[in-house]
Amino acid sequence: MADPMRIRAAERDGVVNVKILMSHEMETGQRKDASGKIVPAHFISKVTATHQGKTVLSAQWGTAVAKNPFLEFNFKGGKKGEKIAVTWEDNKGETRTDETTIN
Amino acid sequence: MIPRRMAATMLAAGVALGASAQSSPEAEIAKYREALAAGNPAELWEARGEDLWKQKRGPKNASLEACDLGKGAGVVKGAYAEMPRYFADADRVMDLETRLAHCMVTLQGFRFEDATKRVFGAGTNRSDFESLAAWITSEARGTTMNVALAHPKEREAYQLGEKMFYFRGGPHDFACATCHGESSKRIRLQDLPNLTEKAGAQLAYTTWPAYRVSQGELRTFQWRLNDCYRQQRFPDLKFASDASIALTTFLARNANGAAFNAPAIKR
Repeated sequence: MADPMRIRAAERDGVVNVKILMSHEMETGQRKDASGKIVPAHFISKVTATHQGKTVLSAQWGTAVAKNPFLEFNFKGGKKGEKIAVTWEDNKGETRTDETTIN
Repeated sequence: MIPRRMAATMLAAGVALGASAQSSPEAEIAKYREALAAGNPAELWEARGEDLWKQKRGPKNASLEACDLGKGAGVVKGAYAEMPRYFADADRVMDLETRLAHCMVTLQGFRFEDATKRVFGAGTNRSDFESLAAWITSEARGTTMNVALAHPKEREAYQLGEKMFYFRGGPHDFACATCHGESSKRIRLQDLPNLTEKAGAQLAYTTWPAYRVSQGELRTFQWRLNDCYRQQRFPDLKFASDASIALTTFLARNANGAAFNAPAIKR
């Protein structure tokens, strides 16, 4: 099971700022290990953020994103106390969902 | 791991450099650091470390919550700012990682060799020490560094550490002071802190542990010294050895008076 994400969401003047740290290896599939074998690609391919069940961000990712990715975005219409949920899915089908409350 | 995060930021810095040709490389490096600091993945290690501290583990099925880091059993807040220090129960000066290994042995019942099998993590093989150190040091953020040197053994460790700092040896005839005894020097992007001056010593010590972007790992002070020794082509600095603790004591004490500010983020 993958490690939990760290999500922070803060509302100011009707705009919610969301900061997400994900724990992931993000292997490109281009590197070789000590014995010369290719390290298989392993990366987050899909990220979805929902606010009260409604999608506010959806992204398709590839191997160009860094290890332990950091994602920050803003959206309008959120209020303090409401829920933000973030889900990622990687190319091996692993997935992880975490949520936080807007403050 | 190719530092892609760095590459992207450097690209941005390069554009900025073109716009204002007068700005110094140091200012551009500072900008790059600022861009990185927004989302420090060290937080992922902190979360894991807090969890590990409270988890019941080992043959004795005990958590580390009874571990005394010098301010009483289980007191974590600010403890790191007073370490290394003398521990009467072990009759030895210990830094954080050595103390954690001690607690894993005495409280959780691990054998020392098993507890210290993986002191530095690599990829998915995480090190418990790096996670625990991330959390414990984060609990000292903002605390003023105060290594007391009240006990004779602490003073002894300091003096030994000072000797080691200036000791020249190895195939390159290097001492720590060779790289860290002059101001305003750097290797590639990395400033070399002048550890013989108060400000340099404080800035360097208070920003470890740190997330190393180029490695995608959180690194502790034991790792920092270990890697300095590797770069000097010295023999391996043994984890939790008296030598590593002595050098840490010397550097920590010289940072006294500064506010602790780690886990940080570095190239």
